[in-house]
Amino acid sequence: MSAFFSYLVHGIALGCSFALLASGIIIIYRVTRVVNLAQGTFAVVAAFTTATLTEAGLPHGAAEFVGVLGAATVGLVTGVVAIAKRGTRPAASLIATLGFAILGYAFEILIWGEEPRSFGGLEGSFHVFDLEFPRQYGLVVIVTLIVFGLLELFLERSYAGKALTACASNPFAAKLVGISVVRMGLFGFALGGAFGGVAGILITPLAPLSYDSDVSLFVSGFASAIVAGLERPLLALGGGLVMGVAEALVAGYSRASYQTAFALSLALVLLLVQGLRRPAAQLADE
Amino acid sequence: MNVVEVADLSVRYGSATALDGVSLSVAAGERVALVGSNGAGKSSLLNALSGVVAKAAGTAVVHGRFAHVPEGRQLFRELSVEDNLRLGAFRVRDRDTSWLYSLLPKLERLRKRRAGALSGGQQQLVAIARGLMARPDVLAIDEMSLGLAPLVVRELSRLLLRLNAERGLTVLLVEQSARVALGICTRAYVLESGRIVAHGTTAELARSAFVRSAYLGDSAEAAS
Repeated sequence: MSAFFSYLVHGIALGCSFALLASGIIIIYRVTRVVNLAQGTFAVVAAFTTATLTEAGLPHGAAEFVGVLGAATVGLVTGVVAIAKRGTRPAASLIATLGFAILGYAFEILIWGEEPRSFGGLEGSFHVFDLEFPRQYGLVVIVTLIVFGLLELFLERSYAGKALTACASNPFAAKLVGISVVRMGLFGFALGGAFGGVAGILITPLAPLSYDSDVSLFVSGFASAIVAGLERPLLALGGGLVMGVAEALVAGYSRASYQTAFALSLALVLLLVQGLRRPAAQLADE
Repeated sequence: MNVVEVADLSVRYGSATALDGVSLSVAAGERVALVGSNGAGKSSLLNALSGVVAKAAGTAVVHGRFAHVPEGRQLFRELSVEDNLRLGAFRVRDRDTSWLYSLLPKLERLRKRRAGALSGGQQQLVAIARGLMARPDVLAIDEMSLGLAPLVVRELSRLLLRLNAERGLTVLLVEQSARVALGICTRAYVLESGRIVAHGTTAELARSAFVRSAYLGDSAEAAS
C-alpha cells in the first residue's frame, strides 16, 4: 500500500509537468491545427539554459525566468518556421516542427554537449503517512496550479485571451473582424514554448534532462493532450494527472523504460477510438 | 460620393473563376443588393472587399470602414454574445457595447448566453450587431435570410432600413432571395457565373422579364 501511495504522489508531480506540456500542445493546436512535435524541445532548452545560468552564479528565480523566456522565444521561432508563410498547410507545418526539433538536437549538443544536465531544486523533504517525498514535488504542484490559474484568467477574462479563443473557434470570422490568425498562432507558439519551459524547469531537479529527452516528454505531453481531448487547455491538467499517475504505476510495478511505450500506446489507442467514433458521429448528424 | 468601387475585378480559386471582370459602385447611404443564384460569385465579391481572398485582377476599394457579416453567421460559438460583440470592435478599439444594447434591446437579454446556443434568428441579429461594433460606414451582409423564418427576416429587414435611415449606414446586401433583396434595397446588381448580367433600380429590375422569370417567379409584384 505504501508503494502504491508513493507511486501516486510521484505520478501527481510527474503529471503536473505533463499537464503543462499538454496545455502548450493544445493552445498551439487550437489556433493553428498543428500538432507541435517540438514541444519537448522547449522543456529541454529551458532546463539547459537554467542549468547554465545557475552554474554561472545567477540566483534561482532569475535563472528559471530567463529559462522560460528562452523557451518562449524558441517557441516563437518554431512558430515562424511552421506557420508564418501564408497558406502553409497544417501537415507541412507539422513536418516543419519535426524538422525544428531535430535541428534543435544539433544546437543543444553544440552548446551544451551530450551529457544530461540538472540543477538544484527546492531542498528538503516532507512526510505523508511515514513516506518521505522531496519538497520539489510540492513546488511542482503549486507552480502548476498557479500557471493554470493564470491561464484560466487569461483565456476567460482578457481581450487577448478571447481573441485567441475566437481564432480557434472560427478563423474565418476572426479574420473578418480584423484579428490576424497568423499572429495569434505565433503568440500561441510562444505561449506553448513558455508552458513547455515551465515543465522543463520543474521536472529537471527531479530527473536530469538530456538533449534527446524531448521525445519522451513530447509523447507523455501529447498523450495527456489526447486524454484531455485536444480542445480545452484547462482540461490538460486532468489529462496530465491521469497520464502521470498511470506512467508512475507502470514504472513502479514493471519497468521505468515502459513509461514512454505506455504513453505512446495509450495515445495511439485513444486516437484510433476517436477516429472510429468521429465518422459514426458524423453519420448520426446526417 | 462612392464608398465602394469595384473595377474589372476577377477572383479565381485554382482553375475555377469565381468573378470575371466585375465592375460596380455603391454611393454613401445607398442600399444596394447583389442578387444571383448559388455560385454566381456574390460571396467572393464580399470576400474580395474584405481582403480575405486574393484578387486575380482589378480593384475592389472601400472608402471608409467596412464590416462584413458572413454567410452562415459565423459567430464565435464558444464565446458569449457580449464577447462576440466586443471582438467585433477589434479594429476600432472602442469596445463599449452599451450603445448597441440601447439600439437593439433584444440583445441585452442575450448578452451572457453562449452564441452557439442561440436560435438562427438570434444568431443573425448578433452577427449584424457584431458588424455594427466595427462602427462601419458600409455594412455588407451575406445571405441574411438564409434558413430564417419570414417573420425574422422582416424584423431584420426593418432593422437595416432603420440603420440606413437614422445613421446613414450604407448597406450592401448579398441575397439568393431576390424578393428579400429587392424589398430592402433601392438598387441591385444581378450576377451569373461571375459576371454582372443586369443592374438598375430595384423597381426597374422587378419589372424586367428576365429577373421576374429567373428570380421572382410569379411574385414579382411583392417586391415593388
